[in-house]
Amino acid sequence: MATFKEFRNKVKPNWCPGCGDFTVLASMQRAFANLGKEPEEVAIVSGIGCSGRIAGYVNSYGFHGVHGRSLPIAQGLKLANRDLTVVASGGDGDGFAIGMGHTVHSIRRNVDITYIVMDNQIYGLTKGQTSPRSEMGFKTKSTPNGSIEAAISPMEMALTVGAGFVAQTVSSDLKGMTAVIEAGIKHKGFSLINVYSPCVTYNKINTYDWFKQNLTSLDDIEGYDPSNRGKAMQTLMEHNGLVTGIIYQNTERPSYEDLIKGYKEEALVKQDINLTEEQFDRLIGEFA
Amino acid sequence: MINQLSWKVGGQQGEGIDSAGETLATVLNRQGYFLFGYRHFSSRIKGGHSNTKIRISTESTSSISDDLDILVAFDQETIDLNAYELIDGGVILADAKFNPTVPEGIKAHLIAVPLTKIAEEVGMAQMKNMVAVGASVALLGISVESFREVLTDRFAKKGQQVIDKNMDAITRGIEFVKTEISNLSVKDFTLAPSDGKKRLYMIGNDAIAFGAVAGGARLMAAYPITPSSEIMEYLIRRLPEFGGTVVQTEDEIAAITMTIGANYGGVRTLTASAGPGLSLMTEAIGLAGMTEQPCVIVDTQRGGPSTGLPTKQEQSDILAMLYSTHGEIPKIVIAPSSVEECFYDTIEAFNLAEEYQCPVIIVTDLALSLGKQTVEPLDYNKIEIRRGKLVTDEEELPELENSELFPRYGFSEDGISRRVLPGKKHGLHHVTGVEHNETGRPFEGAVNRKRMMDKRLAKLNNLAFPNPIHADTRHEDADILIVGVNSTYGTIQEAMGRLEADGLKVNHAHVRQLMPFPTEQLKEQMEKAKKVIVVENNATGQLTSLIKMNVGMAEKLVHVGKYDGNPFLPMEIYNECKELLVHGNV
Repeated sequence: MATFKEFRNKVKPNWCPGCGDFTVLASMQRAFANLGKEPEEVAIVSGIGCSGRIAGYVNSYGFHGVHGRSLPIAQGLKLANRDLTVVASGGDGDGFAIGMGHTVHSIRRNVDITYIVMDNQIYGLTKGQTSPRSEMGFKTKSTPNGSIEAAISPMEMALTVGAGFVAQTVSSDLKGMTAVIEAGIKHKGFSLINVYSPCVTYNKINTYDWFKQNLTSLDDIEGYDPSNRGKAMQTLMEHNGLVTGIIYQNTERPSYEDLIKGYKEEALVKQDINLTEEQFDRLIGEFA
Repeated sequence: MINQLSWKVGGQQGEGIDSAGETLATVLNRQGYFLFGYRHFSSRIKGGHSNTKIRISTESTSSISDDLDILVAFDQETIDLNAYELIDGGVILADAKFNPTVPEGIKAHLIAVPLTKIAEEVGMAQMKNMVAVGASVALLGISVESFREVLTDRFAKKGQQVIDKNMDAITRGIEFVKTEISNLSVKDFTLAPSDGKKRLYMIGNDAIAFGAVAGGARLMAAYPITPSSEIMEYLIRRLPEFGGTVVQTEDEIAAITMTIGANYGGVRTLTASAGPGLSLMTEAIGLAGMTEQPCVIVDTQRGGPSTGLPTKQEQSDILAMLYSTHGEIPKIVIAPSSVEECFYDTIEAFNLAEEYQCPVIIVTDLALSLGKQTVEPLDYNKIEIRRGKLVTDEEELPELENSELFPRYGFSEDGISRRVLPGKKHGLHHVTGVEHNETGRPFEGAVNRKRMMDKRLAKLNNLAFPNPIHADTRHEDADILIVGVNSTYGTIQEAMGRLEADGLKVNHAHVRQLMPFPTEQLKEQMEKAKKVIVVENNATGQLTSLIKMNVGMAEKLVHVGKYDGNPFLPMEIYNECKELLVHGNV
């Protein structure tokens, strides 16, 4: 069984010192090891942006694609080989701006993959423009007078489109984040994990200190029940989305794979692709 | 008795026009006649004039005809819009219900058949289309009993009563028209006997979809669009028997990226769309090229630009399919020219995609994708699956030293590297759309960059696609070489026959491989002709430009375009060639 160190590689991340993404990387590596995975059993599919480079920093299979499209690539991969643990990851621009359509429809579709969004509420790699997660009034290079668009509430959005697993965590909490990622991977179906991952270079508002003061752990809400969707929505609204932990989980809903007619337990990639003559003749009958 | 005729049925969309054509054609196909169909329809579900034209012949035919022998009309509009095609002495079978009239100057027999009335008597007004089939059958002289088998196949689930009623409708239609024509001097439309051989009857999209299954495709990701949707509809029905599935994605960007992801996972996967969808896919096609992922994309061309003419014929995506991705990637673009080729070329597309580890685009056009035609039986023994340099499941890879990665993009003589699938022990590597080194790690160094570009682009140097052009070149010193692509094959052949009958020397080359362009093969044919007429369904001469760019000989090239939404007729090509020979100083 691989240790978390075996999920490390020799590549030095090109993230700024202090970037929240370092802890996300460490948590992912720990979660894979804790779940007993081997490096070749894991594939990370990532988008474009600072956080998108994460696929290259884990010693596993990794696919760094185009901006905003990690989710369809990840779903295609999972459908081809259901034996793999497939994790999609990227930033808030990747998932909630250019790729928002895929985020919504991936949630609806419910393929058994885990999506980790490293949410820093700003565009880092392009050097500091507004993101759909930036609060109203937030000043950036592209919004010098402050953002005049409302910020997206990804957790509420996920609940409304029928997500089966919705969680949020913060990158200063290695232990809590590792536990949430493990739970997300174990969940049968699509799991969305939003990680507050501060950008120390361009976001001077939503800092580690800011999160420390503003986040509420769901563990501290007495009797919080993550199977209650209505309560989950209410809690998010009461806290302006600023909570950590597993917000909602529906263990009843079958995954997409479980609902595909004729889809087998054996990974599709392992199955024979040659038609027999009998099959060929049967298929051709339709056109006679 | 006659050896070939053209039949058309028209009315408002939703009046059972397709079903009438389908029923008659299936019966005739099973009897051994050759059929070639074209559907004229609108981008709406109910209403709007729509028609199906079918050529029926005792010999192989692969073109619609210039004229028309029998027109079945469910409304006056059908007569007004289509009667000009009728030959002198042709027949209009029209529903008596709308008091049909023949436009001035049309020398055709009008037979008003109480289609709706008979259908209502039989039990259902909708069955007027079957009465119309019967009315046609009376002229063609085929037996009513031949319909029982086809109707049974189609309506078995709906019960014997439905089959009987349809048979009844056809019989009543035959009886009515037989009585009518006994008093008229109508031309003899009785079909000469066929060879009785068993053949298939299918559209290009059927052949592509069936070819995908035969070629080992087990996943498809697609977004519905005319005229490609039949491909996904077929696979939705058929893939579950083989453990696979079709995902209807949220858009074409998801369709292509899911296709890339599934191919990366090792399952042969395709997507299909038309121009608007292909436009959305272009960035991801570049990703597939850069990351050397096999993937198969079908573009069923329709009228552009933008939404354009969604249900009409055009060949105006050619240059976009070749050049729309930013940057430079290896890409294979093939263009089948018949339904049969749609089948074999699709299988080959999956082989080429894996052998050359790059995107393969299969380009068709609406007339080929949706035109239903007789196809010689497809051959199981011709199916071959080749997976190139894919590391097999059985092969054990050596442990990687010093925690290095597998050289997925390793340099090699032919530019093609060994491909390992996720899940494989000791096969770890990285994949990225960023320029990378041999293990896939991002690397922008100038020397590596040049080597990697050269490696990727060299992959297609040895590409061997069977028959990159079809050359019907009988003359070493031809007056004209006609060049075409996709569905115009049969039409050009027919025009060529007429020009030859006039004593002209005509050669024909049909381009089947658009990228890499078969420069040498085409050049050889162009050298044999005084003029080269490029026949294409677009305005700007995209194929003409390609030839100019690759082969040269610009002074010989003449572009003949048609972009009104309709396919070429043999007569139009014939006339253009004659015109050129008279006035073109050949």
